[in-house]
Amino acid sequence: MNRRENYLLLLVIILLVLALCIVFPVNNGILGHKDFKEGIDIKGGTYLLYQADLSQKPASETDAQAMSAVQSKIERRVNSAGTTEPIVQLQGSDRILVQLPGITDSSEAIQSIGAVGLLEFKEEQLDSSGNVVNDSSGNPVWIPATAAGTDGTQKELTGAYLLPNSYVETDSLGKPQVAFEFNSEGAKLMEEITTVLYNNGVNNRPLGIFLDSQFISSPRVDAVITNKGVIQGVTLSFARDMVNDLNSGSLDVPLTIIQQTDVNATLGADSLHKSLLAGLIGIACVAFFMIAYYRLPGLVATVALGIYAGIILAIFKLFNITLTLPGIAGFVISTGMAVDANVLIFERMKEELKRGLTMKMAVAEGFHRAWPSIWISNVSTLITCVILYWFGNTFGAFMVKGFAITLALGVIVSLFSSVTVTRTFLTQLVNNGMMKGLTLYGGKHD
Amino acid sequence: MINIISKRYWFFLISALIIVPGIISLAVKQLNYNTDFKPGTSVTISFQPQVDENALRTAMTAAGYPDATIQLASTGTSSGNYFISLPEITIAQETTLISDLKTSLNSTPTASDFTTTSAAVASQTVRYAIIAVIVAAICIMIYISFAFRKMPRPFRWGVCAIIALLHDLLVVIGIFSILGWTLNVQVGALFITAVLTVAGYSVHDTIVVFDRIRENMLKGNLKDFEKTVDFSINETFVRSLNTSLTVIFVLFALFLIGGVTIHYFVLALLIGVITGTYSSICNASALLVVWENNEWRRFISWIPGVSKNKKQEVKTV
Repeated sequence: MNRRENYLLLLVIILLVLALCIVFPVNNGILGHKDFKEGIDIKGGTYLLYQADLSQKPASETDAQAMSAVQSKIERRVNSAGTTEPIVQLQGSDRILVQLPGITDSSEAIQSIGAVGLLEFKEEQLDSSGNVVNDSSGNPVWIPATAAGTDGTQKELTGAYLLPNSYVETDSLGKPQVAFEFNSEGAKLMEEITTVLYNNGVNNRPLGIFLDSQFISSPRVDAVITNKGVIQGVTLSFARDMVNDLNSGSLDVPLTIIQQTDVNATLGADSLHKSLLAGLIGIACVAFFMIAYYRLPGLVATVALGIYAGIILAIFKLFNITLTLPGIAGFVISTGMAVDANVLIFERMKEELKRGLTMKMAVAEGFHRAWPSIWISNVSTLITCVILYWFGNTFGAFMVKGFAITLALGVIVSLFSSVTVTRTFLTQLVNNGMMKGLTLYGGKHD
Repeated sequence: MINIISKRYWFFLISALIIVPGIISLAVKQLNYNTDFKPGTSVTISFQPQVDENALRTAMTAAGYPDATIQLASTGTSSGNYFISLPEITIAQETTLISDLKTSLNSTPTASDFTTTSAAVASQTVRYAIIAVIVAAICIMIYISFAFRKMPRPFRWGVCAIIALLHDLLVVIGIFSILGWTLNVQVGALFITAVLTVAGYSVHDTIVVFDRIRENMLKGNLKDFEKTVDFSINETFVRSLNTSLTVIFVLFALFLIGGVTIHYFVLALLIGVITGTYSSICNASALLVVWENNEWRRFISWIPGVSKNKKQEVKTV
């Protein structure tokens, strides 16, 4: 028994030192990350929730395949845009959550995500007499070029039929151009469309090429094209980006934004500082109350609370858990709950002392008898955490998820700190004869 | 010793007095949903220099948004912050709105916290939020029944704990329904988080009392169930208060000086923890006694339709 308590004490001390090393890195972040990872509600940024229209997915893919393909394409795109720590997650079966910390101009982000490398081929709209229809500023109106596919239905010719082997080359004049190749279906469509536009060389019409709805070029069709072609009129860097987009492909399913939040960083930082200060004051009140009411055991509980806070913060850093404001609130609230177990244990110890048990036995009984209540109530909190996590995960409510994670962690670690750590310390104190007077205990002499 | 059990119907009355206005408010006004649950757009705009609320209202109407809800963000740092709710608009429309306001009010507006939600996601979130709360309650009930499986009729313990839990949730939701139309306090995903957390925490104190009742029953010193319950409540009274106090300390600090974002979130938790303590001490165990004594029958006999029972009861008396 005694030996076991000594080992436990050693374990607690090692854990504390380890936790402190992680929270205050002296080794430049070898243990865990250097800084806490802040959510966009603190750091500022853009939060976008997309709804995918799975009815329009390619028939060959399952829902899950289509969604994960979309996810990886968006990921590639936001990563290449240089966003720090973007988060792209699937939510439920048909939603995608994109979090872009630090991005305050959401319109640009939306544009780059929503239309990833969608290459379209268009033709000029003609009126009934065969003249080109112009818009108000005198430019021709472009409509999607369609042709009958192998199954006989009319299909629009898009980048969906490209083979992923586009590359940048230079033409005879040294200007960059993008070379592409269609698959057999695309080649058939291209052949039909260019046949019409070429019109045997009589009044041959241009083929409009658009990337993400942006006009690229409109070469006049000089011959019937089948499987291979080039796109001219682009700069070198644009050509490179375009090849990237074309090869990663367009999104497999259309996406629409169903929820969007732009968070201002100053408000978040302000809230963070206030909440942290509030948390510190609250914890100080708890510590004061525990020491005033339970004396020496109260002090032990406060020390255990400090160890608890150290371990929790270390876990946040080690596992790079994103801190959100509700998450921090969850942490602060869990400190209040962490000492609940101590209150139950100490009250029980008082009772046992009144019944005339020795201090040593009272300590042991206090922990033993208070355990069922502590266990049952903490499990019920864990049950709600699981449901909260599910709820937050299904709806992309990252703040709800953050709260669920920190609260659950808090409950688990507090079981360790308020039961194991407190018991170890108290047992040591009793064994070393440091808890003789009942007054030290806040126990009354009645 | 405080006789809580003998005054149980007084405590039920107090609970009813708090809950009934909330339920009426819920039935009439529902909850004031924010853009998590309601299709639409919300945006916080700060003006430099500050503009008058009425002037802003006029400018919003002129810009084509006569239905906009305009609220001075009272808890913000600078006094010129307005929280504005609109029908669903895009970010491009928002940019137009901001430039319109700039010209019409002759002040520089800065927009932050732009949130927009479409109708599809809003209705679905509400439905799943309700499911989440119900599933949580059922899981906890099953778990408590399981934890007290060695007691006679363990299911009763679970049911009584859950009635106390639902009592707490009704208090919180009812108060927020009232706050919704009096102070325009809006509820969203964070509110659901608070409600579920209250659900988890509410049973903490109840379990402490229940566990003590179980212990005293097993000891068998007191033959009478009612006395055992009363005795157990008194024995655990101090710890029920103290455990809640520690949580109330931190919540109160967060409520007073914590961030704006979590202000009402913390308030919901605070109300929940306080009512949770009350219901654990005054309601949950009292319900066990009511059930044990089969006092339900008295209520049933009050219902006009089953007056037959009443007559029989009178006869036997």
